Amino acid sequence: MSKDTFNTVAIGRREVLKSVGFGALALAGTSLGSSNAQATPEEATKYLSEMTGGAAAKEGKVTVKLPEIAENGSTVPITISIDSPMTDSDYVKSVHVVAEGNPNPEVVSFNLSPAMGKAEVSTRMRLGKTQNVRAVAIMSDGSVYSGLKQVKVTIGGCGG
Amino acid sequence: MANKPRVKVPKKAKSGDIIQIKTLMSHKMETGNRKDKKTGKLIPRKIINKFVCSFKGKEVMSAVLHPAVAANPYLAFYAKATESGTFDFEWTEDGGKTITASGDITVS
Repeated sequence: MSKDTFNTVAIGRREVLKSVGFGALALAGTSLGSSNAQATPEEATKYLSEMTGGAAAKEGKVTVKLPEIAENGSTVPITISIDSPMTDSDYVKSVHVVAEGNPNPEVVSFNLSPAMGKAEVSTRMRLGKTQNVRAVAIMSDGSVYSGLKQVKVTIGGCGG
Repeated sequence: MANKPRVKVPKKAKSGDIIQIKTLMSHKMETGNRKDKKTGKLIPRKIINKFVCSFKGKEVMSAVLHPAVAANPYLAFYAKATESGTFDFEWTEDGGKTITASGDITVS
């Protein structure tokens, strides 16, 4: 009985090797897929709701300035400005930036204070592909505002 | 790699002015998603994960940075000039190493 099994294997060696090879390939494919996985808008939304404590964000007040087309995704200038008087009683507490198409949605979070006088921050970010970038601002009274900007990316900048 | 911070704080301002502060830190911001071309292994993540700007011990602005911030992280923001003093800046790298810089302002 055991001899029979052995023979079958021996005859089908090439086939077996092939299938093993394909198996390994498929495995490599999945692991590659997971390491390069893209964040989805749902993941970005989930991350944002964790940050805001589930408060619903209203559109407006937040302006995201990004170039229409980013030729090099490894460094894209971004400016977020929020319509707020930035006084001790009415100011922006924090701003969270998320990229919906990057491997991880989170980009940067700012904690602002009334000492800033103006609610505007700039930085440079990486963009993996053409996508939406969203900024969510949490005000001192607990209200949440969000702004969105789509940016076209010619060459992605998330390594590889 | 030497992490050299550069900060730009206006030298003079009038009281009540809103001034812009610019900071630039030379840092690779290794994302942890890149693979070493020779070994095929992932290069471990090493980024600046925190930035704090304070004026006379009081926090003006802080930021939590993620790998999606570009290499050589640049941060620009505003502050209200109320009195002369020193702005202190601190960057924290993965692993806890900190790099500091400061800038003086004279308010008239």
